[in-house]
Amino acid sequence: MLENMVTARHYEERLQEEYLEGKQPAFDISAGPIPGELHLAAGHEASGAGVCQHLRDDDTVTGPHRPHHVAIAKGVDLKRMTAEIFGRETGLCKGKGGHMHLFDPDVNFSASGIIAEGCPPAVGAALASKKRNEDSVAVAFLGEGAIDQGGFLESLNLASVHDLPVIFVVEDNDWAISMPKGRVTDVENGAQRADGFDMPGHRVDHDDATAVYEAAGEAVGRARDGNGPTLLEVQVHRRMGHFMGDAEAYRPDTDTERAQHLDSIDRLEADLRATGADEGTIEEIRSRAKERVEDAIEWAKEQPEPDPEEAYEDVFTNPPDGYAETLRGGE
Amino acid sequence: MAASDGKELTMSRAMVDAIAHEMRESDDVFVMGEDIADYGGIFDSTQGLLDEFDRDRIMDVPISETAFLGAAVGAAQSGMRPIAELMFVDFFGVAMDQIYNQMAKNTYMSGGSVSVPMVLMTAVGGTYNDAAQHSQTLYGTFAHLPGMKVVVPSTAYDAKGLMHAAIRDDDPVVFMFHKRLMGIGWMPAPEGPKTAVPDEDYTVEFGEADVKREGDDVTVVTLGLHVHRAIEAAEDLADEVDVEVVDLRSLVPLDTETIVESVSKTGRLVVVDEDYRSFGVSGEIIARAAENGLSDLTAVERVTMPDTPIPYARPLEQEVNPGTDDIIEAVRSVNDE
Repeated sequence: MLENMVTARHYEERLQEEYLEGKQPAFDISAGPIPGELHLAAGHEASGAGVCQHLRDDDTVTGPHRPHHVAIAKGVDLKRMTAEIFGRETGLCKGKGGHMHLFDPDVNFSASGIIAEGCPPAVGAALASKKRNEDSVAVAFLGEGAIDQGGFLESLNLASVHDLPVIFVVEDNDWAISMPKGRVTDVENGAQRADGFDMPGHRVDHDDATAVYEAAGEAVGRARDGNGPTLLEVQVHRRMGHFMGDAEAYRPDTDTERAQHLDSIDRLEADLRATGADEGTIEEIRSRAKERVEDAIEWAKEQPEPDPEEAYEDVFTNPPDGYAETLRGGE
Repeated sequence: MAASDGKELTMSRAMVDAIAHEMRESDDVFVMGEDIADYGGIFDSTQGLLDEFDRDRIMDVPISETAFLGAAVGAAQSGMRPIAELMFVDFFGVAMDQIYNQMAKNTYMSGGSVSVPMVLMTAVGGTYNDAAQHSQTLYGTFAHLPGMKVVVPSTAYDAKGLMHAAIRDDDPVVFMFHKRLMGIGWMPAPEGPKTAVPDEDYTVEFGEADVKREGDDVTVVTLGLHVHRAIEAAEDLADEVDVEVVDLRSLVPLDTETIVESVSKTGRLVVVDEDYRSFGVSGEIIARAAENGLSDLTAVERVTMPDTPIPYARPLEQEVNPGTDDIIEAVRSVNDE
């Protein structure tokens, strides 16, 4: 669990460095080796690691808006994910998706760029599992800013009424871009929303990966045993802006400092030390994680960019004859 | 009111000027959307409004497009004049029922007894590698469904005049602004959208296309960002072909007369559209030109986004997003026929 968290943190920090390359001195979102938006998840690691520790490759996960830490915890191919973020041909999606839209069918991971819209497909995966009498489960991750969306609330209802093996994991970092949680909901504990759907709801405070692990274990166990869905909310902290380039003028300094101070990785390491883990083991985990991240970034940067003609491929799995030509506007 | 009067503004500043003016004039005008208050709109479309108006009139809302766009419909039907921002037009799907079954249809379905005087303001367009769910233009989707007026500014002057007209209009108006024209620091704009803008209020009437560049040989009809790409292409071709650039400015209503007049002069038509090729604006413009003056048409081409989702990687996006070179090629092609 710690290794997944440390890998994710180092990955986010390295991506930040790579992203800012070529965007200085004047920030231009389309310049540099990583173009487009980049939403980093530093500070969110406890939820992805604590939940995914219970999952198998055949369990389905739909990612949150800042998806990397969950993808890493679910076992998404780190090299190909990195190549995707760099827009390379060998990326998970051949450079067509980018960082918000990671698809790795080998471990049943996917992500959407539209807030809360990963919830209904997770319900669908759970439905398929139930219909086939399998014991795989589905987990939908989303931010606390997304829990006012209809797609989320409708998914809770559908999952509950059909007792589907799905877990909704809300990462509460208190901010939906510039909107503080208090201005968009009167409900302090988002897990309470489960009450309205007659399903269990649990909230884990303080970035506590161990507590997430325990709560998720119970929820995944319930789902696997055919006892239906659970809503799990995890307090995390956003250590960076909403997206790279976000100056966060709207955010009080005290809140940013609090996010730096309350850190799930520090907390887990302290817990491990308290239970007898030696410093050498922790250091070894850290160096292994760094090496893995560096390897992935180095590999990704060496990969070729896609041929422009690739833009016309994959619109359909089964394209009509000659369809690529009509897409282009030819005969 | 001349386009040359006033000081130079970015397109976002010009839009904000119009909104602030209308808010001062009437307490019925208010703005709601995601990140429009403290942040000032992700694309600066509401930048600075919170300095002058309070949070009751510059309302940050939960991420819940169905609820807040629908609430704008309800407030409009109750006699107010809301401006609701859909952050990216790509998010329309989350709330399409409120947009096309309520906002756009209630006037008709009520037999005209209800009106919906609201503005749905939304960002369109790619060119910055944000992939298929954050880069669409979707002019055609909104223009196709009846009941919404649809406007698309390409300059600060037009943006202010269209915004004044949109807020004052008794019908729902979809105001589609291209991100790359707004003048935001992190997404550099081309030459052109920053124009002189009069301090006082004025309207740009819907259904009046603007000939942004006069020419005798080939008519290029376009809108939004691609007005500037078309002008750039026309300047590059100036020694070779005399290109007229028609900026539609509004899709609903559509100024067929200006298109037909221009085509009757040049005989050659190129339509440039950042929206998908099939079943959209480009086909509509060509159909109108043909219906109203088929005998004048010597050659037609369209330069559009192909019928593919918009890819993330830079070489892929550049391949599909119609560039200045693509326009030059199309103009040469129709000019040779």
